[in-house]
Amino acid sequence: MHDALTVHRLHFAFTVTFHYIFPQLTMGLALLILILKTIALRTRNEIWSHAARFWAKIFGISFAFGVVTGIPMEFQFGTNWSEFSRSAGGVIGQLLAMEGVFSFFLESTFLGAFLFGEKRLGQLGHWFSSLMMFLGSWLSGYFIVATDAWMQHPVGYSMGGNGAFQLRSFRGLVFNPWGLWQYAHTMTGAVQTGCFVMAATGAFYLLSNVHQEYGKLFVRTGVIVGLIAALAQLFPTGDGQGVMLAKDQPATLAAIEGLFHTEQGAPLAILGQPDVPNERLDNPLVVPRALSFLTYRAWNAEVHGLDHFSRSDWPDQIELLYYSYHIMVGLGTIFMAILLIAAWLLFRGTLFGSKIMLWSLMLAMPFPFIANTAGWITAEVGRQPWLIYGLMRTSAGFSTMVSAGSVWFTLLGFFGMYTLLAILFLFLVYREIEHGPGGNPAGDSRLPAQAAAH
Amino acid sequence: MGTIWFCLVAIMLAGYVVLDGFDLGVGMLHLWIARNDAERRVVLRCIGPVWDGNEVWILAAGGTLYFAFPALYATGFSGFYLPLMMVLWLLIIRGISVEFRSHVTGSIWPAFWDAGFAFASILLAIFYGAALGNVVRGVPLDASGRFFEPLWTTFQPVGQTGILDWYTVLVGVTAFGALALHGAAWLVYKMEREMNERAVHAASALWWLVALLTVAVTLASFWLLPQLLMDYRIRPWGFIFPLVAIVGLIGIKWFLHARVDAMVFGSSCAYLIGMLTSVTFSLYPSVLPSSTNPMYSLTVSNAKAADYGLKIGLIWWLIGMALAGGYTVFTYRSFAGKIRSTEAGEHEGY
Repeated sequence: MHDALTVHRLHFAFTVTFHYIFPQLTMGLALLILILKTIALRTRNEIWSHAARFWAKIFGISFAFGVVTGIPMEFQFGTNWSEFSRSAGGVIGQLLAMEGVFSFFLESTFLGAFLFGEKRLGQLGHWFSSLMMFLGSWLSGYFIVATDAWMQHPVGYSMGGNGAFQLRSFRGLVFNPWGLWQYAHTMTGAVQTGCFVMAATGAFYLLSNVHQEYGKLFVRTGVIVGLIAALAQLFPTGDGQGVMLAKDQPATLAAIEGLFHTEQGAPLAILGQPDVPNERLDNPLVVPRALSFLTYRAWNAEVHGLDHFSRSDWPDQIELLYYSYHIMVGLGTIFMAILLIAAWLLFRGTLFGSKIMLWSLMLAMPFPFIANTAGWITAEVGRQPWLIYGLMRTSAGFSTMVSAGSVWFTLLGFFGMYTLLAILFLFLVYREIEHGPGGNPAGDSRLPAQAAAH
Repeated sequence: MGTIWFCLVAIMLAGYVVLDGFDLGVGMLHLWIARNDAERRVVLRCIGPVWDGNEVWILAAGGTLYFAFPALYATGFSGFYLPLMMVLWLLIIRGISVEFRSHVTGSIWPAFWDAGFAFASILLAIFYGAALGNVVRGVPLDASGRFFEPLWTTFQPVGQTGILDWYTVLVGVTAFGALALHGAAWLVYKMEREMNERAVHAASALWWLVALLTVAVTLASFWLLPQLLMDYRIRPWGFIFPLVAIVGLIGIKWFLHARVDAMVFGSSCAYLIGMLTSVTFSLYPSVLPSSTNPMYSLTVSNAKAADYGLKIGLIWWLIGMALAGGYTVFTYRSFAGKIRSTEAGEHEGY
């Protein structure tokens, strides 16, 4: 049975990791499109409208990929994790059903209105569509994060007679304090993805000497919004998550920091390789006492190391957990540095002439995706060995009736299909970027023959 | 409370079948109704702005099923593991094909996605039908309320059943016919001139197939599962549901003949709703009958979540679905009437 568990985990991990490439981009772009549309409405300057239309095209492509890869996620709770669903469906099902009822209808309707209806709705109506698109996608994100938050920090439930969890407090479930921090942290990450994609596209135009005006607009918008998000990523949202982790998931905190032994004045490891069997960190580069300060606001506070916890409660992939956390934090720091410098140069008026900064912005583009993915790996692997923290172990949650052979079959199928989807996505987005934002009238940015059918 | 949610989930699934059903039907037929790329674009325009919203109904229904009947969701989805995964793949192929077939011009690119669209639509209809057939026939639930069905065993609907046996395949083929007819009815409603003629022609031919299959599947069901009739004996008012189906079926033929295009589609909706509600009515109070021992069947009462959650759910569900209904009406109203082949590029996407 242990084998089947591993494949079921791999199945969910692979499909959700691939899926999350798209929502982080669409949630980020939804905010940026709303900003572009708002400025367009206020200034009546056509360039902002063209910019909004251009990004709506990329949004539309990403949204479609998000939808088709998102459907398998909702169904896998039942297909691959049926024992978990049998127990917890009455609680988290609320959130997933609300996502369907409140966000999906909203998003699909107003995306359609935004893409198809600019002439008919008028500028104010078109702006309203972009607002609704933003609300729909961010609401969707909230329900998903709240679902995960319940698994990280279960609240508002009671045990039913049949061994299943029952909802006891709807308000408690929806406003789980864990979820609020996690949501803020997730969304600032998504905004950074959107901003880096926008700024990188702008930098690409400026370096290639095409679409100069749009290039400047994209770089400027991406850098300013991105900098705000990057700062909020660290404080208060990242800090808030860390404090919460220390209080509610102390074993996870020890594992992500590579802290094997309980210490007063615990150091913060910047680099180093965890050697789990020997319970030590090789080649450590540390900031003395910093971990104690960050978690308890006291330089000499005692932080529990892994040795404080029973081995059966250790996360089962400590190495992966340690690295994903460090990759997330490391990249987040680099983003902040790049954006601070870029914003300074922008303020000085020299950014668009600085080849090295434009190259940096352009080449940074893939890394927010990696940082966001690493963040989710930290959250999910960090929750192990629990599926519902403290209540249900992961080994008790998978579908016992579905054999490892069946799961391998579908996992390989997803490998193949998602490889093709990835190629298709890059091809389609690159075409749009290469084509660039045209200065054409509404909706006719492609050849008429192409525009004839959606 | 369980019964209320049973009805609400049934309404959402019926909503899905009626709405996404015509997308699938159009997908099956578009290679034949539209003869060249320009015509195919016109055909796709009649589902382009709505198919994604239609597909949302299955997601919302799945989510609602999850929280209202967690045991059914868990048992059913894991037991139907393989066919469900294939449905997911087909939904991916369908969605990508519709969205991106017009992104690149030239002959090879659209032709490839058009074929993908047709392939996925045909198989999806058959899979949905077979799934319904499995639920009606019952699955080998054990005492703990779990089962797993391979794709096929002996193709017999008794003993160690697989997903596919002659009965479920018959239901699958019926679903294929019914949704093809539904798609044709939508095209009758939305198209004009030659393509309207072709759609009328296709619908007339499909009508005979669907009528035949409807009779066959009804007889097969009652012969194989005489207990299905019991609910109708106890509560004769339930005959209203098959009546709706029959009226709908006759209506399709009638209005095709009288050339009232909108009513052809309306009748097709009535037919699908009548068929689905007839099945749902005869299943109740079971939600997933056991073929091994009726005691093991999942029912409205043993599969539902606790009442507090269901009551809370009722509040937000009504609000949410009222909004969703509003969006749906808004979308279809702004998109009403015939698609003109000359209006290319008018209310146009990017």
